[in-house]
Amino acid sequence: MNTSKREFLGKTLTAGAGLAVAAFLGSTRAFAAAEDVQKAIEEFAGGKTPGEGVITLNTPEIAENGNSVPVSVSVESPMTEDDYVESVMILAEGNPSAQVATFHFTPASGEAVASTRMRLAKTQNVLAVAKMSNGDVFSATNNIKVTIGGCGG
Amino acid sequence: MAAKPRVKVPKSAAAGDIITLKTLISHKMESGQRKDGDGNVIPRDIINKFTCTFNGQPVFSCDLDPAVSANPYFEFKAKINEAGTFTFTWVDDAGDVIETTQDIALK
Repeated sequence: MNTSKREFLGKTLTAGAGLAVAAFLGSTRAFAAAEDVQKAIEEFAGGKTPGEGVITLNTPEIAENGNSVPVSVSVESPMTEDDYVESVMILAEGNPSAQVATFHFTPASGEAVASTRMRLAKTQNVLAVAKMSNGDVFSATNNIKVTIGGCGG
Repeated sequence: MAAKPRVKVPKSAAAGDIITLKTLISHKMESGQRKDGDGNVIPRDIINKFTCTFNGQPVFSCDLDPAVSANPYFEFKAKINEAGTFTFTWVDDAGDVIETTQDIALK
């Protein structure tokens, strides 16, 4: 438990530090700071530390066009009335605002699988955080290399 | 302005089947980050909520942020236990509601 928490924090903080430095060095556009990502996860998870596994995040390794990057998530779950995936939040660390979309599932979904397309401003990490009906939280992170950013100027 | 929702639902399914649903709607999803030629920020105008219900029961929904691409596309699943009607609803920042329905029969 302790190790995974430390590992998780370590990873997110390292990833975020680069962004924060970039922002201080006079980047003209504000990008989501590490604290924002952290805050969003905390609010979503209700203070729980996300575990690993169970959730699969599918994204391309390289996105040529940041305007439309396919993203799909799937979460292992029996999807019964007592045990199902409530919601999955997608976060993009390097976008002006980190939140991308939040999927809400019900037992009637049958499987906790969903896809959409998102905008990415630059090469960055994308996170998916899943919240189960029993309150457990899981997360997964992928790095996506973006050739042309998709936030306009 | 949004229009022309398109949904793809199988015509029929066996009871207990998990089917795949696909939806697409045209909407520019103006992020509120862009500026026009004079340097003024173009106000945000996005679809912020999508919901899918089956016979009135919630199946799937999504809160959208400006980082969702123009012409939002969704693919998700639903478990079919009876014949009925899927209702798909999109709501944008201007308060416009676009709704479309699709029936499914039991095999």
